[in-house]
Amino acid sequence: MTTTAPPPVEPASALSDTASITASDASLRRFLHGLPGVDQVGAEARAATLATRSIKTSAKAWAIELAITMIDLTTLEGQDTPGKVRALCAKALRPDPSDQTVPRVAAICVYPDMVPVAVDALGDSGVHVASVATAFPSGRASLAVKLSDTREAVAAGADEIDMVIDRGAFLSGRYQDVFDEIVAVREACGDAHLKVILETGELVTYDNVRRASWLAMLAGGDFIKTSTGKIAPAATLPVTLVMLEAVRDFRTATGRQVGVKPAGGIRTTKDAIKYLVLVNETAGDDWLDPDWFRLGASSLLNDLLMQRSKMATGRYSGPDYFTLD
Amino acid sequence: MSNIRGGAPGRVAVRKTFKLFIGGKFPRSESGRSYEVTDRKGRFLANAAMASRKDARDAVVAARKAFPGWSAATAYNRGQVLYRVAELLEGRRGQFVEEVAAGEGLSKSKAEAAVDAAVDRWVWYAGWSDKVMQVHGSANPVAGPYFDFSVPEPTGVVAVLAPQESSLLGLVSVVAPAVVTGNTVVVLASEERPLPAVTLSEVLATSDVPGGVVNVLTGRTAEVAPWLASHMDVNAIDLAGAAPELVTDLQVAAAENLKRVVRPESTDWAVTPGPERMFAHLETKTVWHPIGV
Amino acid sequence: MPKKFDYAPAPESRAIVDLQPSYGLFINGEFVDPVDGHAFKTVSPATEEVLAEVTEAGQEDVDRAVAAARRAYDKVWSKLPARERGKYLFRIARILQERARELAVLESLDNGKPIRESRDVDIPLVAAWFFHYAGWADKLDHAGYGSNPRPLGVAGQVIPWNFPLLMLAWKVAPALACGNTVVLKPAETTPLTALLFAEICQQADLPPGVVNIVTGAGDTGRALVEHADVDKVAFTGSTDVGKMIARSTAGTRKKVTLELGGKAANIVFDDAPVDQAVEGIVNGIFFNQGHVCCAGSRLLVQENAYDEVMTSLKRRLGTLRLGDPLDKNTDIGAINSSEQLARIRELSEVGESEGAARWSPPCELPDKGFWFPPTVFTGVSQAHRIAREEIFGPVLSVLTFRTPAEAVEKANNTPYGLSAGVWTDKGSRILWMAGQLRAGVVWANTFNRFDPSSPFGGYKESGYGREGGRHGLEAYLDVGVSR
Repeated sequence: MTTTAPPPVEPASALSDTASITASDASLRRFLHGLPGVDQVGAEARAATLATRSIKTSAKAWAIELAITMIDLTTLEGQDTPGKVRALCAKALRPDPSDQTVPRVAAICVYPDMVPVAVDALGDSGVHVASVATAFPSGRASLAVKLSDTREAVAAGADEIDMVIDRGAFLSGRYQDVFDEIVAVREACGDAHLKVILETGELVTYDNVRRASWLAMLAGGDFIKTSTGKIAPAATLPVTLVMLEAVRDFRTATGRQVGVKPAGGIRTTKDAIKYLVLVNETAGDDWLDPDWFRLGASSLLNDLLMQRSKMATGRYSGPDYFTLD
Repeated sequence: MSNIRGGAPGRVAVRKTFKLFIGGKFPRSESGRSYEVTDRKGRFLANAAMASRKDARDAVVAARKAFPGWSAATAYNRGQVLYRVAELLEGRRGQFVEEVAAGEGLSKSKAEAAVDAAVDRWVWYAGWSDKVMQVHGSANPVAGPYFDFSVPEPTGVVAVLAPQESSLLGLVSVVAPAVVTGNTVVVLASEERPLPAVTLSEVLATSDVPGGVVNVLTGRTAEVAPWLASHMDVNAIDLAGAAPELVTDLQVAAAENLKRVVRPESTDWAVTPGPERMFAHLETKTVWHPIGV
Repeated sequence: MPKKFDYAPAPESRAIVDLQPSYGLFINGEFVDPVDGHAFKTVSPATEEVLAEVTEAGQEDVDRAVAAARRAYDKVWSKLPARERGKYLFRIARILQERARELAVLESLDNGKPIRESRDVDIPLVAAWFFHYAGWADKLDHAGYGSNPRPLGVAGQVIPWNFPLLMLAWKVAPALACGNTVVLKPAETTPLTALLFAEICQQADLPPGVVNIVTGAGDTGRALVEHADVDKVAFTGSTDVGKMIARSTAGTRKKVTLELGGKAANIVFDDAPVDQAVEGIVNGIFFNQGHVCCAGSRLLVQENAYDEVMTSLKRRLGTLRLGDPLDKNTDIGAINSSEQLARIRELSEVGESEGAARWSPPCELPDKGFWFPPTVFTGVSQAHRIAREEIFGPVLSVLTFRTPAEAVEKANNTPYGLSAGVWTDKGSRILWMAGQLRAGVVWANTFNRFDPSSPFGGYKESGYGREGGRHGLEAYLDVGVSR
């Protein structure tokens, strides 16, 4: 699987001068606070209605296949060891040893000091190595430390960096600081792609999620990501809906396509399919691709494999038949 | 089906143990104590748990924990849940009739009438859940460009001393009005006739009522009531079951955090009440919002 | 161009419904053959297949039904303690929940509406309506109508085809709770869920004659409304027929409530939460194929937000799925009848000829059945017929306004007054608009929300009387002075 660069497009006149928007706290605030609000009840109702879509038979099979290729298989524990990471990489390459037709996942996601292990284990398989960085998960460290964190991960071979924004700065209105940090990390990424974690559980309101999404995209993020997975709530359907609306609107305004990654709390095939329906009916076809939509999950993969097996055999399966890494 | 005594000749009945009901679970008293419950003729019926002040304390903690969820449920949902309780009460009619007859010394037909009235009373209260706001609340015609409205809200954790005589109908008539509007309850059952209260707690445990919404203590009223009356995290107290000599002291204790107090009166529980016992456990919130372009 | 993510067919099974080949009238607790009625057919509007034969009740059949209702009232229902009346209604509510899926499938088959709507909206509201009114039966003293308010007697109720079982619930639940007995005539194109409801009354052991269902068309309805022994008339349907009923009950002692048509304005300000407002617009006019009296059929969008709103709206309409009502992913179902389809087509042609610009998203219509694509007319003004007349279909007319006062003026400039929508982030503006709009229901930052505790009804030619909540009791009690 190769990463495709977004097609170069002339920015629409609606938002041709982003430099003046991002010049100061005040101008950023005017822009972000001028975005349309989100009605909580309405957004949640829309997400709930889309969650009633009934995806069966051939549609379900297609969705399961796609979902597998969208997974960032993740281990982010203090107790991670090279052995654990190698096991996860083996799972990424061969999710079901008894079935070679199962596609590979999109990426492995690990802490920066585990990147060399992952790079070594994955070789040139095409499965990417994503590394969290910038004092993940809290983001409470100096810029120098965060950039150093990033650079080391990139130097060790990470293809993708999942950074966290400074929520403290965001919630206290220091939008410029948040913006500058993302720009600096983007630069430190070099050729690696940057996912910006908003930590929507701490932003709490959908208005904040919309504003943070735009801020991250204006600063050059390649992906916006919901959560670190370390606090609850992590990814939810309505939050992801708002972020999908944001990337859709951003592309209309600037011509640049940005990806979306919900992470944390996505455990079942049913959940994953609901997210794909959201993508389908909000952002559309262009985002139904691992280059533009990822699922940050770990136990989800086995549930997808179980459902895949049921569709093929007609029997409900059980956990004994799928590997635990 | 007799739970209290006998069964088919020669068959040894499997007798029920009567425990406390706290946080959706059935613990014995942390004090390890129990006391004898007898029928009106002094014959042994069961040993009931004798609640201590620590049990009362734990019950209040459970009620407080359950309050945010229960009060945030829609009125429709609460009404549904309480109606389901009535369905289960009806299903347990026989057991309740036995316990009420034995505990209150009633004939079978009088006990049946009391139990039927109790189930109907519960249904009556369940049907109030989505109507209280329209009867108690209002939009207010203030003299200015403001939309002004008043809505009832549940007060919080309500301690209830259940009537001493009427062990099911009276019990239901003091518990249901508190919970239907979203309060959570710690109820101290009739000291000498606690068995229907424990069976009620079994019904609650097998219904959709979340754990902690109703907590049932059995024991000595004079011992436990003061701890509830003085508890600073209890918002209201219904003194229906307080002996006259206790009432003043309980009210003095309740004054420490200005609990809303329902004073005891002699009440014919058979008569359908008005909404007063629901209103007693409600606050009124008035909101102002300007009207303009 | 084929979409990447193609939702495979997801049909809800019809097997749960046990359709009889023919149905009699439900009188005095039993299904009976007509005395002077005859049979007619009800079809599925999605496929035009005949679902069943139903009876059109004649004058004598209506007489029998009213007599049964009167007997039941005099001998049983008015003597029953209110508490027991309530418990019958609770039973009915529970059985409605138990048979929910069956009712939803039948409703979608007979009406054409998507199963998702009948399953997730109609049927749950039906049960909730009975639950709510069950609880009122023994609390009428507290309803603000004085102590011991009495019922009226026998209610004759005529309901429309757009929400068949829900309209039945809106009529029967409060009537019974207040102590009346009823004779109800469902619409001729949607009788089946009413007949299944009759079965449910039997399952609940409702005393015979308390609920009677007489199927039929306009003549049956007229016979019922004009019957001398009916104390109360309740009608939901078109304004024209509502006026006929008002005239025909003049000079009688009958109490009348009417819930009629509308041409609601859905008003979107420049500070509206755009994505949710677009959902609200879509919901307002395309929910239930626009067969909604309170549909937001006129979009009034603030002129400075026009481009943004219309772009978002058109993009959103592209994801609507039209098709088999029994497919769980269908958003837009069939038009209820060929007559209604003809009317929608006619008015749409009028719209074009009056100079409005017509647009629909690309939409494949099935060969059989009655179908109309979601349609938007822009460049509409108040002088257009499509801005004044109720189309009762998935057709949105778009007008603009500049100021709140202008929005109010345009919204109120209609003989109708059923509902209105307001979309803005500003609380005080919501309240100001709500105060100015001459409409019985104002939805702010939402649309088409219903609840059994929330009174619903119209101003002006949208009718009089309210259904829902404490206010909804008045229609069925012998209180008040107006008709």
